[in-house]
Amino acid sequence: MDGMVGTHHRDVLLVIAAGGALGSLARYGLTLALPYPTGGFAGATLTANVVGCLLIGILTELLTRRAGAHRLVRPFLGIGVLGGFTTLSTYVLNTLDTAAAGRPVLAVVYAVGSVAASLAAVVAGTLVTRAVLRPRPGRDGGGERDAEEL
Amino acid sequence: MTASGWTVLWVALGGATGAVLRYVLDQRVQRATGSAFPWGTLTVNLVGSALLGLLTGWSLATGGTDTARALLGTGLAGALTTFSTFGYETVRLVTERAHAYAAANVVLTVLAGFGAAGGGLALALGVWS
Repeated sequence: MDGMVGTHHRDVLLVIAAGGALGSLARYGLTLALPYPTGGFAGATLTANVVGCLLIGILTELLTRRAGAHRLVRPFLGIGVLGGFTTLSTYVLNTLDTAAAGRPVLAVVYAVGSVAASLAAVVAGTLVTRAVLRPRPGRDGGGERDAEEL
Repeated sequence: MTASGWTVLWVALGGATGAVLRYVLDQRVQRATGSAFPWGTLTVNLVGSALLGLLTGWSLATGGTDTARALLGTGLAGALTTFSTFGYETVRLVTERAHAYAAANVVLTVLAGFGAAGGGLALALGVWS
């Protein structure tokens, strides 16, 4: 615990703070572009959460498959930007608001649909990245990897 | 500075603070429990949902302020909570064949998230109305 704010961790905290600010501003920008109609469908929060989940799937798969990324990439992009971009609290409050406005069915569809779409987005991001990174035998430029596979 | 300029500043400041708090809290909780279950992410999501519930109740009762909503709501509570890590950890639990943990993570996060936000909302309405 004492090392948490030690010098070797200070850069990690700094990039998480910077990423969190950027991710939150992007989410705020989305709410301006897609305003939430009171008691209606919170499209901005849903979009942020699904896009954020797609991107965390892509990012994690990239960092797993490709060694040598800078050690601050994951804290900055994963914990900071994407963590700040996606949100559970607004999702919950939007859903409660929709239910309180007398639209319980829409609230339940939104609550369950957000989770389902977000989990599917993580899987999609992971699988697409894995497919793209897979060495393709017979193509130019992939010689080294083709040899590994053979 | 214009009103929207200040809003951008408060959202950025709250977002930076929320993300750092999430990282520190998550690490401490995860180390304390030493479990494969993502208690750390669940904790920050519940704390942030309770905070946004409190803020929303206070806003409903008193009218609130735009500064508080930008700094503490959109910024702090928004960044303290996360959907991407929740989604990633749930999928990872499934791929590790910890299906019960994955299902429990979804049910606990969503139901307790609603409980925490509703509790904060009711508390604030009780105090300020």
